[in-house]
Amino acid sequence: MLAGGAVGWGLFMAPAEALQGESVRILFIHVPSAWLGMGGWTGIAISSAMLLIWKHPLAAIAARAIAMPGMVFCAICLATGSIWGRPTWGTWWEWDGRLTSILVLLFLYAGYIALSQATARSGGTDKIAAIFGLVGAVNIPIINRSVVWWNSLHQPPSITAGNSSMTAEYLVPLLIAVVGFSLLFGAVVLMRMRTLIALQQVEARLRRRAMDDEPALAAQPAMESV
Amino acid sequence: MRESLDHWPYVIGAYGVGVTALVLLVAFSWIAMKRAEKRRDEVKRR
Repeated sequence: MLAGGAVGWGLFMAPAEALQGESVRILFIHVPSAWLGMGGWTGIAISSAMLLIWKHPLAAIAARAIAMPGMVFCAICLATGSIWGRPTWGTWWEWDGRLTSILVLLFLYAGYIALSQATARSGGTDKIAAIFGLVGAVNIPIINRSVVWWNSLHQPPSITAGNSSMTAEYLVPLLIAVVGFSLLFGAVVLMRMRTLIALQQVEARLRRRAMDDEPALAAQPAMESV
Repeated sequence: MRESLDHWPYVIGAYGVGVTALVLLVAFSWIAMKRAEKRRDEVKRR
């Protein structure tokens, strides 16, 4: 509801901006998606560290649950940013630091999902995906600082700790949108966690049943021969 | 005279992509969760 309200506010109530015109409205979906795309990988890195250090059983499930929504938000960020770039910059895509590092993040998500699914299917250890999750976190500060380190079409950060160059008419709906989309992200992560836990319980029960049946099956031919 | 570009098709396109992706994500996650929990209950009952 918060996300819907903020998007409605941004779409229909916020005024057009002097330089960006009506396309400023795209920011109310683009900025929360960018933050959640980066926040998602931060969550994967924290869960991976928890798995490697404390071996917490829920950490691997949490990291796997975060990957899918993180990747979707990252893809939304890229798509909406590209659409915003066409009327504002005059181009759909530019190989600059910010855009390229976000594209790398999307590929990292795809790699993480493929790796964690492959290890889960083959019964391998979760540690490989956790190490990948930790190493991939190197990209997060690169994304964050890319507009400062390199010359970029992308504008420098508008909101920094305790400071904002945005006026309240854009800042308030944007912050509400961030809270709303974060809650939606959290809900999807919880759904994915419930799914993964249920699938693990099914697998454990079937495996236990197969082990219980094994001695009976092994004994059957011997009995027949007698 | 330079004609100004209409930004609204881009705004609508961006929201269309974003909202569609989010609806699909929530629907996929919800259906996958319900299916997995149903399967777990079936295996438990057997």
